[in-house]
Amino acid sequence: MKTVYFDNNATTKVAEEVLAEMEPYFCQLYGNPSSMHTFGGQIGTKIRQARKKVAELLGCDPSEIVFTSGGTESDNAAINGILEAAPDRRKVITTRIEHQAVLAVCRELENHGYIIVELAVDKKGRLDLNELQENIDDDTALVTIMYANNETGVIFPIDKIAEIVTSRGIVFHTDAVQAVGKIPLNLSKSRIDLLSLSGHKLHGPKGVGVLYVRKGTRLPPFMLGGHQEGGRRAGTENAPAIIGLGKACELAAKNIKDENDRVKQLRDKLEGAILERCPDARLNGDKYKRLPNTTNISFEYIEGEAILLMLDKFGICASSGSACTSGSLEPSHVLRAMGVPFTAAHGSIRFSLSRYNTEEEVDYTIERLPGIINYLRDLSPFVVK
Amino acid sequence: MWDYSDKLKDHFFNPRNVGEVENPDGVGEVGSLACGDALKLTFKLDGKGRIEDAKFKTFGCASAIATSSVLTEMIKGKTLDEAAKITNKDIANYLGGLPEQKMHCSVMGREALEAAIENYRTGGRKKHELEGNIVCTCFGVTDKEIERVVRENNLTTVEEVTNYCKAGGGCGGCKGQIEKLIEKIQGDRVKQPIPPSPRKPAKLTNIQKIQLIQQTINEQIRPALRADGGNIELIDVDGNKVIVAFRGMCAQCQLAEFTMKDVVEAKLREFVSQDLYVEEDKDSAQQPHNHRG
Repeated sequence: MKTVYFDNNATTKVAEEVLAEMEPYFCQLYGNPSSMHTFGGQIGTKIRQARKKVAELLGCDPSEIVFTSGGTESDNAAINGILEAAPDRRKVITTRIEHQAVLAVCRELENHGYIIVELAVDKKGRLDLNELQENIDDDTALVTIMYANNETGVIFPIDKIAEIVTSRGIVFHTDAVQAVGKIPLNLSKSRIDLLSLSGHKLHGPKGVGVLYVRKGTRLPPFMLGGHQEGGRRAGTENAPAIIGLGKACELAAKNIKDENDRVKQLRDKLEGAILERCPDARLNGDKYKRLPNTTNISFEYIEGEAILLMLDKFGICASSGSACTSGSLEPSHVLRAMGVPFTAAHGSIRFSLSRYNTEEEVDYTIERLPGIINYLRDLSPFVVK
Repeated sequence: MWDYSDKLKDHFFNPRNVGEVENPDGVGEVGSLACGDALKLTFKLDGKGRIEDAKFKTFGCASAIATSSVLTEMIKGKTLDEAAKITNKDIANYLGGLPEQKMHCSVMGREALEAAIENYRTGGRKKHELEGNIVCTCFGVTDKEIERVVRENNLTTVEEVTNYCKAGGGCGGCKGQIEKLIEKIQGDRVKQPIPPSPRKPAKLTNIQKIQLIQQTINEQIRPALRADGGNIELIDVDGNKVIVAFRGMCAQCQLAEFTMKDVVEAKLREFVSQDLYVEEDKDSAQQPHNHRG
């Protein structure tokens, strides 16, 4: 059976070009870039090229790129490092809808005496920038706010937020794991101090990511034991993955228009057809300020896991904010923070597309989904016919 | 991805006996939209008092639907006395097992069956009603229900109880009570002995006391409140008086049986000193700086 992969906010296919680029660095060119011999040293050149490609996508200087093991490490290192550098400040501002890689770190800090402010979002998943303004004070060490939400795709006005925060002399970090490669961003025109990205969300390999650190940002080393990454993050470079990520960034820069035209059209077609053909379906999140590839739809009276398994039978991959899919009993913290009623949160489905999806796949899904929804509603005691 | 048995998948994709029996002899309802699953069971008896037809309607995940489907299959042909003997374990076994975290689906099946039989016999109680005192306020689970799943399934940990009847799966504030219920039934058989309370120095210095209070709030109290969008802050310690402020959702939360203050006080007495008492700092609760809407 054909797989229709609409779960690209979870992870993406490694682009064939990326794999081809990585391939020689396992068995042939396996040297250590720190070695004195040419065999190892040539890898250093490739890593420099990869760093440059990442910097080009982000609009920054290659020296501001620190390779890490992924988005989670980048988030942890940014938050903990900034607080370490500012021991006299005890407050961190974030949002209620961050990814766990940020939220769990902040909540742990609270146990160590930090004040954590989690900004609320409205029904469409948007922030109130006045609330941010009001919360910034002399005790604030860091503001960390995601670029785009993984569940709804809602994009925050990050450049504006960065301006607000840094003009008050406070460090600003953004978890841009879902945004990089999907929407254009230019760090040379922004005041973001730190930015996290992950390789496997933009058709690169898993296990590699980046922490962008603006020049002049006081971030202490977060891994000791070597000179790699400017001494900030020691350890022999994950050369194949870094080289792969460089290629993935190069491709992302090339495809970003396609992502915002064709992929968006596919998403809109899928979303429009679902909302039209399935009664009692509602869109979660801001319809306009949103990633071009993501749609999050709630189906009332039925439960997300059941929908996912029915889709799975047709080879269609999506995800859900329902409690049952996570093994917890509470539905998604993002949807709850937006005030989506429990009833609708339990029946929420996220489709996240990529440039590898086709119109045929969208049509195939549109054909099957209404039947699944009707079928499960026939089983539901809450639907009276 | 859950590890579902083939039989479970079969009953999910091809559920038997979907719908409602016309003019049913018994109707049982359990669960709600907010809880994430709900089941309506209807049956009709034949002339000899055996269940001739049974149908279900279910809102919920794959295992909830499959559990409902096998339940109708299991009870057909049985007398009500025979059907009443079916336990949640029987339902799970019939399905070839359920993932631990989905065991509450089998309990929901048993509860709906009981409610339906009760409805036939007494004419009342179509809905599965709560008996006993509410322990878990998030999911509305009583001590009687918890005791029953513990007995019938030989449970020994809070986590298992959560898997079987959801109690403790929301804010987690009732975990201590669930522990006590398990201990009452299982006695020495409790798998994980209740951790001994932290060693208390003969007499705490003021600094030690304040540190221990802060630590107890961090480790024992805050995580439960956090799970529900709330928070607590230690404002001051004055002799044995501990002043705290509740933030976010907790600031408005009105629990029927006990206030948040009592919960905090009980924990502080358990972990720090019997002499402590808690006061809520109303003024600082109004401060906007830690607002979480």
